[in-house]
Amino acid sequence: MIATREHSHSRHHRQELPREAEPPRLLGSPGRWLWLGVGVLALLLFFSLAGDDWFTIVNYCLIAAIATLALNLLSGYTGQISLGLAFFMGLGGYTAALLGGNPPVGPLDPWGLGLPVFVWLPAAGLVAALVGALVGPSALRLRGFYLGIVTLALVFIGNYLFRNLRFITGGPQGRNFPVPTFGSVSLDQQNSLLGIALTSGQQYFLLMLLVLLLSALFVYNLSRSRVGRAMRAVRDHEVGAAIMGVNLFEVKMGAFVVSSFLAGVAGALYVSYARYVIPDYWSLSLSIQFVAAIIIGGIADVWGSILGAAFVFALPQIIDYFSLLPPSTGGGGLSSGDLNALLYGLLIIVFLLFEPGGVIGLLRRLRPTARRLRPVGAGVGKAAVNEGGENIEVVDLLQHAPESGEEGRGPRGGRTS
Amino acid sequence: MAYFLQLVFAGIAQGCIYALIGLGFSIIFKASQVINFAQGELLLVGTYIVASAVLNWHLPFLLALPLGLLVTVVIGLLFERLVLRRMIGRPPFTILMITIGLDIILRTLVIVGWGSRTIPAATPFSVTSGFNVAGVHLGSSDLWTIAVTVVLCAALYYFFRHTRYGLAMRATALDQEAALAIGIDVRTVYALAWGLAAAITTLGGVLLAIDSLAIDPNFGNAALVAFPAIILGGLDSISGAVVGGVIIGLTSVLTAGYESRLPAVIGTGLHEVTPYLLMILILLIRPYGLFGSRKVERV
Repeated sequence: MIATREHSHSRHHRQELPREAEPPRLLGSPGRWLWLGVGVLALLLFFSLAGDDWFTIVNYCLIAAIATLALNLLSGYTGQISLGLAFFMGLGGYTAALLGGNPPVGPLDPWGLGLPVFVWLPAAGLVAALVGALVGPSALRLRGFYLGIVTLALVFIGNYLFRNLRFITGGPQGRNFPVPTFGSVSLDQQNSLLGIALTSGQQYFLLMLLVLLLSALFVYNLSRSRVGRAMRAVRDHEVGAAIMGVNLFEVKMGAFVVSSFLAGVAGALYVSYARYVIPDYWSLSLSIQFVAAIIIGGIADVWGSILGAAFVFALPQIIDYFSLLPPSTGGGGLSSGDLNALLYGLLIIVFLLFEPGGVIGLLRRLRPTARRLRPVGAGVGKAAVNEGGENIEVVDLLQHAPESGEEGRGPRGGRTS
Repeated sequence: MAYFLQLVFAGIAQGCIYALIGLGFSIIFKASQVINFAQGELLLVGTYIVASAVLNWHLPFLLALPLGLLVTVVIGLLFERLVLRRMIGRPPFTILMITIGLDIILRTLVIVGWGSRTIPAATPFSVTSGFNVAGVHLGSSDLWTIAVTVVLCAALYYFFRHTRYGLAMRATALDQEAALAIGIDVRTVYALAWGLAAAITTLGGVLLAIDSLAIDPNFGNAALVAFPAIILGGLDSISGAVVGGVIIGLTSVLTAGYESRLPAVIGTGLHEVTPYLLMILILLIRPYGLFGSRKVERV
């Protein structure tokens, strides 16, 4: 009896809000195909014209984008504060180093099994996810600031472990990592793919781009699924979500584990690209840089993650590339890294105060199609702001999904693109 | 035994410093339910200014200290007034992030202004000053640290129990709306909390700098060790911050002192993580801390 009622209830909903049940397809409209075309063209242009220096900058940026997606999944979509991203990246990095590293020559060399990339890349993610699953149950009982502080503790404990587990990490001096190879193809030499000669930078670029593309598609699709809606419900109102039948613990754990997996993969890619890894790299300031990236780029947004990573991780390199500022000497004065840090520190505050949607929120707001829908959204947003903190959930919903049509929440039920 | 007592004394002194820094966190959290992540960098700016004032501008230490306190209090008040007041009612995530923004700015400004090299800290004591009791050296800086903490805690106790503004702060911490309803100016309370916290934290930082003789731009991370202290004591408990601080200081110093006698597997640097391990342990057993109220944020 109850089941029937529930059934009819849900069907009733289905008829009223068809968009709720069927999120828009990824490439459902001509506009999206157009953007895809422009994007592919830009990538091809970059790919064929850019020099090695640019590939170095962009490749690091692609790796950072994967890690930013990982943090955005946990903090942006699910609302769980984490400062522990660097720890999970480090776990992935050292798993890769252990599995893919060169076998030791001397007695003091760190261990390495010399396995191929197909083994160490997924394994890096899996180990990080496993540790995430072990830590999660105790950490996720806590909320808000507490979770932030516990994940912060993970970074320090991780740093201690990384410095002392010499047989894996090589101790404070670090260890090196061999060139990734696919069969007989080694990524540091020129190779030809389908008759096109590719430089080392281009091959790495393809590898990173592939992983980023897979991660981005995964996060994007996850966010539009039932799970994604549950995650946002948990973020916006935990009690409300629980009342609606969302299993809080399951959703948080899922986000934590998946986020750890992606962070581990990013860490492994970093180690394989930098070819050297020291424990000090996986520091709290690395975690904080990713926090800056998701806020500046855009909370709970795939494109926002990528833009944010580009801003935080590529800008200092670009400034250095054009030698706009003197290099850092340690004696004071403004270096490119400092300028960038000042800029993103300031931008965090400015964006959180005035445009919590980040750069992507700003862009979406400027889009002509979005403007047509604006009176509805803007009115509600303003009302909520005027009321002080009371209606914060309303503000957040709008900010996190400025494109109301995409989530099928727009009163006109229309797509915006 | 003398070695052990020496470590206990040093641990208590260090614990007092963590207690002072932890008090800074607790006061702000109690007043406005905000964890101020930039606390460490407020402390960093303060210690750099005191060091500069003494070493470069040749001010006496007792003049340099109020100068450092003044600067951090002004930064704290400005940040509260211009930024945090607009954020009232926003989720903890957003507020934590915005204090991280301030953290990044302050730290970078220190690096730009003073460079990333280590500089000597300002100290009114010579390293060897102090006296010996039963083979234990009681350094004057440590004695002063303990004395300052005790006096300050007594003053805070009086302030929170018996003064108009102290009572207003406690009322606001208890129930913000009720406090508003009976005519307490909650804005003044927030400003007071930030000013007070900035001053106490900076004082802790200056004492810590005296203890460690030198400072560099990572010095602000010392404030992070106060997190375990306040979690241990209970995030919303003032006396808890003090007890938690002393426990953390003792654990950390004792681990450091006996680290070389532990099996080689332990490696180096264990004392840097024992506070965090202790914190995770306490979170598993008593998430609200030793003295905190039970309504702590938990699912």
